[in-house]
Amino acid sequence: MAVKVRIPFAIQSLFDGATEVEAEGRTVREIIDDLEKRYPGVKQRLCDDDGELRRFVNIFVNDQDIRSLKGLETELSEKDEIAIIPAIAGGVVR
Amino acid sequence: MQGHGWLRYHRQMLLKGWGEEGQRKLSNAHVAIVGVGGLGCPVALYLTAAGVGTLTLVDADAVEETNLNRQILHWQKDIGKPKVQSAVEKLLQFNPNVKIFPVHGQLKDETIEKWLRDANIIVDALDNFPTRLILNRYAVRTRKPLVHGAIYGWEGRATTILPYKTACLTCVFEEGPPPGVFPVVGTTPGTIAMIQATEVLKLLLGIGQPLLNRYLIYDGLMMTFHTVKIRRRPNCPVCGKF
Ligand SMILES: [Zn+2]
Repeated sequence: MAVKVRIPFAIQSLFDGATEVEAEGRTVREIIDDLEKRYPGVKQRLCDDDGELRRFVNIFVNDQDIRSLKGLETELSEKDEIAIIPAIAGGVVR
Repeated sequence: MQGHGWLRYHRQMLLKGWGEEGQRKLSNAHVAIVGVGGLGCPVALYLTAAGVGTLTLVDADAVEETNLNRQILHWQKDIGKPKVQSAVEKLLQFNPNVKIFPVHGQLKDETIEKWLRDANIIVDALDNFPTRLILNRYAVRTRKPLVHGAIYGWEGRATTILPYKTACLTCVFEEGPPPGVFPVVGTTPGTIAMIQATEVLKLLLGIGQPLLNRYLIYDGLMMTFHTVKIRRRPNCPVCGKF
């Protein structure tokens, strides 16, 4: 199942400059794994060595923070929209 | 019209919810702007224009040539001058009604209370996360509204924090990104600064709907404004319940 993923400017360089991509998966974790296949290196930027979301990265499903849902196990349905939002502060996120 | 030099506020006083009473609220207010760079310069300029009575400006840096594409209160001749001094010089010429306290120094846990004690509202116009977290902790502890802005390249973010009522910065991001030199075009902090200044004016006047529990993401390249919902985390180390 494909869902839409919004990519903000700060991390577009990880996605060959794309502002929005489609990804396959039933959960947010599967979406990240799918993105990693097409954009190698993405997972390492978003997740730590244990595969958990880095503390300065937030992911929103339909504008809800997945930390307030089921985290990376949050289940998705067809029309869901995902946004990946890393903290920006004058820090290089690339 | 009350007060000398209030004719300059006439057009905004025509607004519903503003008037002489609203202008008096502004004139009695004290706003601290932390960081007098890309965000802080336009915020200070527009709050000065609007007649906010007292501003405290905090910044430890001196003006550098690489600042000049966006930090609009600092001009060619100011290179090497403390940013707070450069800003005060321009702002006092712009509107002599406004009192400005410049603080040339690094915000730390030990200094923050002394510098920000008298401010009613704090504007986060910083460029780094560690200082921002000190500011967030202080705002939460003292229950002062904090108007946050951040930028990266063509992208900007903003939210308004009312401690213990809305998500604080640590509720949203548990950690900051790794530090470094970042790209930025001047119009990005300009745009976010206008949102921050508007939020400050609304909070002072008590009108409208601030960016509460809403995290605004501006993309200048795509020209989109996207808002995601944020909320307090019960286990937030700054504003959560222990
Ligand atoms: Zn919090």
